Amino acid sequence: MRKLVTSVLAGIGLTLACGTSVYAQEKSLTIFWAEWDPANYLQELGNEYEKETGVKITVETTPWSDFQTKAFTEFNAHGDAYDLVVGDSQWLGAGSTGGHYVDLTDFFKKHDLGNVMAPATVKYYSEYPGNSGKYWAIPLEGDAVGWSYRKDWFEDPKEKEAFKAKYGYDLDVPKDFKALRDIAEFFYRPDQKKYGIAIYTDNSYDAMAMGFENALFSYGGDLGDYATYKVDGHINSEKAVAALDAYKELYKFTPPGWAKSFFVEDNQAITENLAAMSMNFFAFFPSLINPASNPNAKNTGFFANPPGPNGDQFAALGGQGISIISYSKKQEEATKFLEWFIKDETQKKWAALGGYTCSAAVLKSPEFQSATPYNKAFYETMFKVKDFWAVPEYAELLQQLNQRVYPYMIGGEGTAKETLDALATDWNATFKKYGRVQ
Amino acid sequence: MATTMITTLDRSSRAVARGLSDISIRNLFIIPTVLFLIVFNIFPLIYSLGYSFTDFRASTNAPANFVGLQNYRDLLNDPYVWSNFAITAKYVIISVAGQLLVGFGVAMLLNRDIPLKGLITTLLLLPMMLSMAVVGLFWKLLYDPSWGVINYALGLGNFEWLADPKMALYAVALTDIWMWSPFVMLLSLAGLSAVPKHLYEAAAIDRAGPFYTFFRITLPLVAPILMIAVIFRTMEAFKTFDLAYILTSQPTAELISIRLYKMAFQEWQTGRSCALAYIVLIMVLAITNIYVKYLNKVKER
Repeated sequence: MRKLVTSVLAGIGLTLACGTSVYAQEKSLTIFWAEWDPANYLQELGNEYEKETGVKITVETTPWSDFQTKAFTEFNAHGDAYDLVVGDSQWLGAGSTGGHYVDLTDFFKKHDLGNVMAPATVKYYSEYPGNSGKYWAIPLEGDAVGWSYRKDWFEDPKEKEAFKAKYGYDLDVPKDFKALRDIAEFFYRPDQKKYGIAIYTDNSYDAMAMGFENALFSYGGDLGDYATYKVDGHINSEKAVAALDAYKELYKFTPPGWAKSFFVEDNQAITENLAAMSMNFFAFFPSLINPASNPNAKNTGFFANPPGPNGDQFAALGGQGISIISYSKKQEEATKFLEWFIKDETQKKWAALGGYTCSAAVLKSPEFQSATPYNKAFYETMFKVKDFWAVPEYAELLQQLNQRVYPYMIGGEGTAKETLDALATDWNATFKKYGRVQ
Repeated sequence: MATTMITTLDRSSRAVARGLSDISIRNLFIIPTVLFLIVFNIFPLIYSLGYSFTDFRASTNAPANFVGLQNYRDLLNDPYVWSNFAITAKYVIISVAGQLLVGFGVAMLLNRDIPLKGLITTLLLLPMMLSMAVVGLFWKLLYDPSWGVINYALGLGNFEWLADPKMALYAVALTDIWMWSPFVMLLSLAGLSAVPKHLYEAAAIDRAGPFYTFFRITLPLVAPILMIAVIFRTMEAFKTFDLAYILTSQPTAELISIRLYKMAFQEWQTGRSCALAYIVLIMVLAITNIYVKYLNKVKER
């Protein structure tokens, strides 16, 4: 009898436990993203969602260096640890053709997101293949490369006078790449431990590509023809060669040991009084206006990537869209979260928390543009962005770029023309291998 | 029924009386170990061998297509891969030679009666007790041209250790030498202490010089243990990943293990990376075999 009672109680307990577990599962969503401030903002936004709906949102993060590996390892295992992922823009090809992302085309059309979101964000964070009308992500965190600079160094009357005497024009926020180079050279003073500029030089993942693209696009060059995958005559065009030379020229004015630098080091260049100007994604700028993390916060200004010699002005795209993972067992719940996320009021909250909304209306609003010292530059930049290849083999293309451009940039091997010719050959072979060109 | 019970009890009591029986040892220890090895070592090894003959990419849901020896052919015709092997060979030679010289040299110094010998030996062993990641991050700071203590101590100004493509590999090797020389030192000390004292006494009676004593007595007797150190350190140096990965991103310091990691987990060329892993495995086995043959010859002398 005692055994019978124990068994019945155990059975009831087990049933309840399973019931609770299922209930808990249905009422929670896990979003995977990289470890940075916007992920914290998304968690705060998720807490709002939980208050409204009772669905718990957990934003799970991992360092940027592991982000791609960890995400794709989970995809490959068809794991359901995450329900949504805020994936890099270049993952779109691999995510969609690999069957890892849920097709959001109907969702996109139903909510007219092509018009609600800024055009560049729709093009680069959501659609694959380009101009196909197939959408795999909702633009979440808009981002692009911009610049921070030391206002106090720029506004010092002695520096202004000396600059004018040397270059024949006023020291100010650079109006073009030539001025960017001149200012970098002017402030390059190793004996005073002051340097001209901080740029991306790291050759792992996409740092080098993101840095070089700012010069490439603004010099009128391009990575290739996105429709035909023809690269010869594009990535090694005269404009592209001039852009690579210009980017390498900037490296001369960076602080010592600047051969493996990305977003962390580029912010440190400003906080530690190392450089006059520093390249970085806008998403990393909040810490530069925070006196707790930047002692020079009051003296830090911001500007958009300047135009090249022919007046072209573009910037490398950062940022990510949010996708539903096809192996998630809570796709319906995830869709409801996305419906809430794209609402105007949510987008305003997202922007207020510090997230870079992609909502065209919010971006255009004076409230957004005056909210921080860099939001206006961000707004201007987001309409002038271009991105790296988003094809499934993007990682091989990135690796080839690193293998070709880095030895030229840092080691001074060969010429810019030889470097980009070789890169064109590599990319062409890769596109041939995957059947994109004959 | 009663007979069976008695027989079982008898067996158990006999086994208990003489400790664990052979069958119990097999069931408790050997079978689980063999199963563990099969599941976690042998099976993945064979599975990855299969993948090395396919065009499989783990990032896609596409099936693996058999491509025969194409991956091996492509890799052996890839100048980048050969360059990675050349860099690795250079690194192994510098690193192992450096550790041998420093480790054996320090062991020679310690192999005499000096005060606080035990404490000094223990302190010298500290580097190899640290994790590779910690050592990498620690030396990255030491090498920093702006605030690193090495340039300050040596008066090298803004000399770039890790950012200079020509210097990066040497900087990584130097760190590895710092970390693993104590290992060679420890083995050498064991070897040196095993050299019979009467040989030195006989050499002294014969008025043999220190040069002669070292090359005719010390080195030949310590050589087998030094060869063991060389084998261990060569295998370890050949597969170095973390130290080089943390310290520098220079292509001139891209060891084969780093190339393999990038190919497998950044580019997701799964089939190709499996083939590269097998090429590396075959190379390590070949080098180790040569060493072991040489070690046996040294022992026979």
